Amino acid sequence: MLELLLRRLIQTLLVLGVISLIAFVIQEQLGDPLRELSGQSVSTEERTRLRHELGLDRPFALRYGQFVGRALRGDLGHSYFFKEPALPLILARLPATLELVLGATLIVLLISVPVGLFAAIRPRHPLSQLAMGLTLFGISVPIFITAILGIMLFSVKLGWLPAQGRGELSAPFGWNSGLFTLDGVQHLLLPACTLASLLLPLFVRLIRAEMTAVLNQEYIKFAWAKGLAPGRIWWLHAFKNTLLPLITVGGMQIGGLVAYAILTETIFQWPGMGALFLQSVNRADGPVVTAYLLVVGVIFVITSTLVDLLYGLVDPRIRLSGTAP
Amino acid sequence: MRTRWSRLLLMGLLVALCTTAAAQHTLRVAYDADPDSLDPHEQLSGATLQLSHLLFDPLLRWKQDRSFEPRVAERWERIDPLTTRFHLRPGVKFHSGRPLTSQDVAWTFARLQRSPDFKGLFAPFKPVRVIDDHTFELITHQPYPLVLNLATYIFVLDRQFYQGQDEQGRNKEALVKSGDSFAARNVSGSGPFRLVSRQQGVRLELQRFADHWDRQSPGNVERIVLTPIKEDATRIAALLAGDVDFIAPVPPADLPRLQRQPAIEVVTMTGTRIITLQLNQQRVPAFADPRVRRAVRLAINNVGISEKIMRGFATPAAQLSPTGYPGHDPALVPRFDLAEARQLLQQAGHGQGLKVTMLAPNNRYVNDEQIAQAVVGMLAKIGIGVELKTVPKAQYWPLFDQSAADMLMLGWQSDTEDSGNFFEFMLMTHDSQNGYGQYNSGHYRNPALDALLLQAQTELDPARRAQLLQQAERLVHDDAAIIPLHWQNLAWAARRGVRIDRIVNVMDFPYLGDLVIE
Repeated sequence: MLELLLRRLIQTLLVLGVISLIAFVIQEQLGDPLRELSGQSVSTEERTRLRHELGLDRPFALRYGQFVGRALRGDLGHSYFFKEPALPLILARLPATLELVLGATLIVLLISVPVGLFAAIRPRHPLSQLAMGLTLFGISVPIFITAILGIMLFSVKLGWLPAQGRGELSAPFGWNSGLFTLDGVQHLLLPACTLASLLLPLFVRLIRAEMTAVLNQEYIKFAWAKGLAPGRIWWLHAFKNTLLPLITVGGMQIGGLVAYAILTETIFQWPGMGALFLQSVNRADGPVVTAYLLVVGVIFVITSTLVDLLYGLVDPRIRLSGTAP
Repeated sequence: MRTRWSRLLLMGLLVALCTTAAAQHTLRVAYDADPDSLDPHEQLSGATLQLSHLLFDPLLRWKQDRSFEPRVAERWERIDPLTTRFHLRPGVKFHSGRPLTSQDVAWTFARLQRSPDFKGLFAPFKPVRVIDDHTFELITHQPYPLVLNLATYIFVLDRQFYQGQDEQGRNKEALVKSGDSFAARNVSGSGPFRLVSRQQGVRLELQRFADHWDRQSPGNVERIVLTPIKEDATRIAALLAGDVDFIAPVPPADLPRLQRQPAIEVVTMTGTRIITLQLNQQRVPAFADPRVRRAVRLAINNVGISEKIMRGFATPAAQLSPTGYPGHDPALVPRFDLAEARQLLQQAGHGQGLKVTMLAPNNRYVNDEQIAQAVVGMLAKIGIGVELKTVPKAQYWPLFDQSAADMLMLGWQSDTEDSGNFFEFMLMTHDSQNGYGQYNSGHYRNPALDALLLQAQTELDPARRAQLLQQAERLVHDDAAIIPLHWQNLAWAARRGVRIDRIVNVMDFPYLGDLVIE
């Protein structure tokens, strides 16, 4: 266990080093942040002076070296637009993104598990057929269409849910959260459903496929022959064994949700770090872009470590201290 | 007896209800972006100026009919060709409670002249001469016709509020473009609204300033909540769903849909931002021939672009100055004639055609990429093959500065609300000393045009000046020095009952202080 974590820590540092270099190269290609900072008629000399002030006129290697030096002390640079340190800026928006991902994950799990299991247990039932048809549809509709249709139906036509923003916030546990007010939850519903629509079809199909495979195994047939109650067979003997692939794929996908949230956040004006990232790309706000990519890198490492740890809990045959899968 | 008392009570209640109802409107606004900074001198941009009109008061401001309306300056008179004397309105207070005086104006003006973004505009001026607490003079180095135009940019700051050092030991008055400063996060002006809270990029909340001098204003908005919504579709949906009361800008594609909604009021206006193409004579020798440039202009169907691509949400242009500007010549109208264009190319010896490159931004102007693509198709018809590349704006400007293609797209809005500015930046001979021709990526040079504009800069008689500027427009037109496409229109939309029609203007500075919600 400890060895795994230590190994992971070293791997993380390596990954972050690579990400930072790539991010820095990308930053070069984003364009000129100065045009977003100054009016159209600012003279060429003023621009040159500003460029010098921001250190943009220094050679690439020098700037990257300085960046690494400062990064090791926890300073990822200042946003040109917000004029604040980039890392705290992103971390301040992390709760909004995490709440969105949490909401989406809950929706995915609450729907996909019963639907997937039902479709596996009663494959010829009309409802199963319908569900499988819908998943095919769900996979093929892009997320921005889902989002706009949702807004048009639930906000504009029916007026049930707000179209954008995060709503009223409260801070019962020290961070600003929308989860503890009715208004906040109402604001969360549409974006969370939109984000969930991305993974829901995949999860339903995955659970159904795994469950079908397990149900055909000898030990399940034996359990039936033994006369066990159907509920016990399905839940305890069959479903538990579908969990392993579910955690592998699901863990990685939920980490990926943080990345997919960029689009959802932008459409719903959700004040999370994904929307901030896209705005920063448009403004060529390099330090924020770099910091975001590093934070997302860390999130991916954390989720995959959690997945590895869960493995051990679900399947005792896997020994964590060995070569981790 | 009892009925009389109850009647009185009822009346009292009604009066109380009416008065509270009149003042308690909250306006929820969604713009596409929010200002970078609370410092009005940090960036010369639409967002900064829009906010300045809420938190500060200018000396005077533009009305919808392009005349001037006195604000903190009550009246003014030109004393001699170099001097304009202003008289401040008595009893104007800052949000801090301090009275606004000429010293505040002088201090604000000195700061404007140091601001990288504003110093160019205020270069014709000497420092303010303070006569007394309520009288001061703006003095120019040369006779200058646009003193009042520029006075609309003088939003008076509370001098004392920005004096001294903040907790971090920084000078409060510091004007910092590339980093954090006191003035970027704290504000005291005299405007109709004061700042309640600001979460940059997420939300800005303002409260009406109870001691504002303008008691004649019909405005009844007590609170403003401004949310930037970048996505067009979401902004529209937020208005339709009733999440917000007022949105801008409205993308052309959504205009017809909004106009059909009975509960929504859409206000549109012909804008002043001209979209142009510049033909680089240094890179392509053929473009140095006016006949080739004229052929290009004749081959591009401006009216078609405005109607089909801009969906009627643009005004086709054959000159730079929009209607209402002194240089506007109504006789100059767009012409589209392929036969004549081919003939001109033939005469110039390019009957076999030309191959050129073109660069355009893809997220800077309304439908910029589609416009560029349409131009490629149109020029192909007269045998000019265009290789087009479109890039995001952040990458576009460095390429533009290098004149990295044979044809470049450029939109321009005149900061002075005057014709001269268009020519000075886009067409005068490039001169890094005084900044002329900074955006002249066509490398057009014409001493006669330069002379006309320099003359217009010091001509105080409006009629004579208009003649000079119109002459400049005709000269540019005859020479096809630049290809004007259209002026972008402006559009705002609000819930019906929010009377934005009275407070929006062609500058796109909605005067929300005077907004009436019915």
